[in-house]
Amino acid sequence: MSTVLKTININKYFYDPEKFHVLKNISIELKNGEFVSIMGKSGCGKSTLLYILSTMDTQYEGTLILDHENMSLLNNTNLAKIRNEKIGFIFQFHYLLPEFTVLKNVMLPALKLGRQSEEIIKKSAFEKLEMLGVASQANKKAYKISGGQKQRVSIARALINNPKIIMADEPTGNLDSKNADNVFNILRALSLEQKMSLLVVTHDLDFAKKTDRIIKMGDGIIL
Amino acid sequence: MRNFGLILDIATTHLTSKIKQTIIAALGVMFGIGTYIIMMGFMTGLNQLLDGLILNRTPHIQIYNKTDPTQIQPIQRHQDFKFNWHHIHSIKPKSRLARIHDALPLLKDLKENKKVKGATPQTTCKVFYIAGANNLNGIINGIEVSEEMRLFNFKDYIVKGDPNSLRKRKNSILLGAGIAKKLSLSVGDKLQVLGTNGVSHPLNIGGIFQSGLAEIDDAQSYVNLKMAQQLLGVGSNYITRIHVKLHNIEHALGLSKTIENIFEVKALDINTANAQFDTGSYIRTLISYTVSITLLIVAGFGIYNILNMLIYEKMDDIAILKATGFSGNDILLIFIIQALIIGLFGGIFGLILGYSISIVIDNIPFITEALPTIKTYPINYDPFFYITGISFALICTFLAGFLPALKARKIDPVEIIRGK
Ligand SMILES: Nc1ncnc2c1ncn2[C@@H]1O[C@H](COP(=O)(O)OP(=O)(O)O)[C@@H](O)[C@H]1O
Ligand SMILES: [Mg+2]
Repeated sequence: MSTVLKTININKYFYDPEKFHVLKNISIELKNGEFVSIMGKSGCGKSTLLYILSTMDTQYEGTLILDHENMSLLNNTNLAKIRNEKIGFIFQFHYLLPEFTVLKNVMLPALKLGRQSEEIIKKSAFEKLEMLGVASQANKKAYKISGGQKQRVSIARALINNPKIIMADEPTGNLDSKNADNVFNILRALSLEQKMSLLVVTHDLDFAKKTDRIIKMGDGIIL
Repeated sequence: MRNFGLILDIATTHLTSKIKQTIIAALGVMFGIGTYIIMMGFMTGLNQLLDGLILNRTPHIQIYNKTDPTQIQPIQRHQDFKFNWHHIHSIKPKSRLARIHDALPLLKDLKENKKVKGATPQTTCKVFYIAGANNLNGIINGIEVSEEMRLFNFKDYIVKGDPNSLRKRKNSILLGAGIAKKLSLSVGDKLQVLGTNGVSHPLNIGGIFQSGLAEIDDAQSYVNLKMAQQLLGVGSNYITRIHVKLHNIEHALGLSKTIENIFEVKALDINTANAQFDTGSYIRTLISYTVSITLLIVAGFGIYNILNMLIYEKMDDIAILKATGFSGNDILLIFIIQALIIGLFGGIFGLILGYSISIVIDNIPFITEALPTIKTYPINYDPFFYITGISFALICTFLAGFLPALKARKIDPVEIIRGK
């Protein structure tokens, strides 16, 4: 199986309020189609790592290889393209554009990518919403739907460009257990049915146990 | 640009979600541009009006007899005193007739000149106006009325009666409005005019002349050229002034110099005669620009504030857009487009506002003794102002939007996402 994501000796420091070595020699690897969870106590650096892996944070030392391409060599505009095309990101808080419709929120990354006509994008966005059971909300403004629905919409958005990898930072952390189960089952199904590669930060042990592999983190290190 | 439609869509969605602030920002631009249009239309309308008054009425070249002392005095010609100091004080010009020497050949020459649109002779004489027990002293100009009308819009200043009466009846007079008032005379009435030679002539009032300048209207009247010469008791070659109108005003200075070189006369060109006039136009234009630009700067600060606020409120949106693959430049463009949309709508409505108010001003009655031909306030609808107006609006809003947009481009999505 080929590797979709790989890091070699990633180090990161925060300088404010004082110098703080938050990530120490992080070297991890994710195979194509793997469903991996990252666990660790609060404040150990999981989110910080995920922001680096998602290319949003470029202030680090070390090498990040995504889909066989070295991210450390790309400029911001090209990194934005990579995020658009190859990475689907699901946040802990349901981050949608509130004034746009649910459907438009899902369509935006595909419209930005611009590979397909608006009609086709609309159709596939609708299909994703159907798959996640929120198609009935498609034409509502995003701020008008519930938290659980928002999280499912943001999963649909993460999927719209058929990314190489989906990253999620505590995607169930803000949901009740019923909605959390629901989200987990969706991610599980993506992994099984669509051979999607997933990297999910969680502090929910039950959740983690059901993934293919658990990466355990201590203070800034892989255990 | 491939993404432009999408960027535009996002920009307009943001603006419509904050419709109140957007409208307020656009109103700022609207008033700035509206004021610019009104000020420019009104001020340059006024300029053109005054220009028109001067240019239509004032001859491009006025020719009259020299009255200054001879440049080279006899003593300067004397070889014996060539290297001596000349102690002759209080040199006075020699006594001369008011008539232009060789006026008729000069007039003929001018009329044949290709640069000249026309030249009119005038003969001026001092008179007493007598009506009943009252008398007034003043001046009568003898003119060729049809040429005066063709070249100098003379008809505009005849407020009552008919200027052509001068041609139809030899003893007709166009009386200055001030004189008419003082002697309580009107069109059709008779008055006596007493020349300096003591002979009095009965004249019929064919019309009332009003220039707007009291010192002229209180003293001057117009009669036929022949009548004036008769009042003076002189022949038809007695001409005191020649007024020249050119096809191109630029030639005034050159031609006046040529005339002075060839003939023994003084030839005064319009630019020298009205040097102070340009200053007034210049200051009015300057005031218009100063006021409009001040208003636009105020509007610009409004836009700057509103975009800053919008960016602050849309921080999350910016973070999401960046996280899902929009580049910093896409974000920059979103906010610049928002500024330009505000500028475009504010600008267009500003033009409409300016145009509407201009029309209103254009229809306000503006009756003044000084400008008898003007009935309403003058407005200049030059399209140039409308083009500069909308360009101003776009440039100002672009500048006002640029700094906030740069800030939006730099926003770090990680900071926002982590901040939750
Ligand atoms: N911008 C920052 N500046 C300084 N320290 C930070 C910053 N962001 C996070 N940290 C610190 O880095 C550590 C790791 O944070 P984070 O990656 O959010 O932890 P986790 O997601 O594992 O709970 C924490 O101790 C946190 O206080
Ligand atoms: Mg975290």
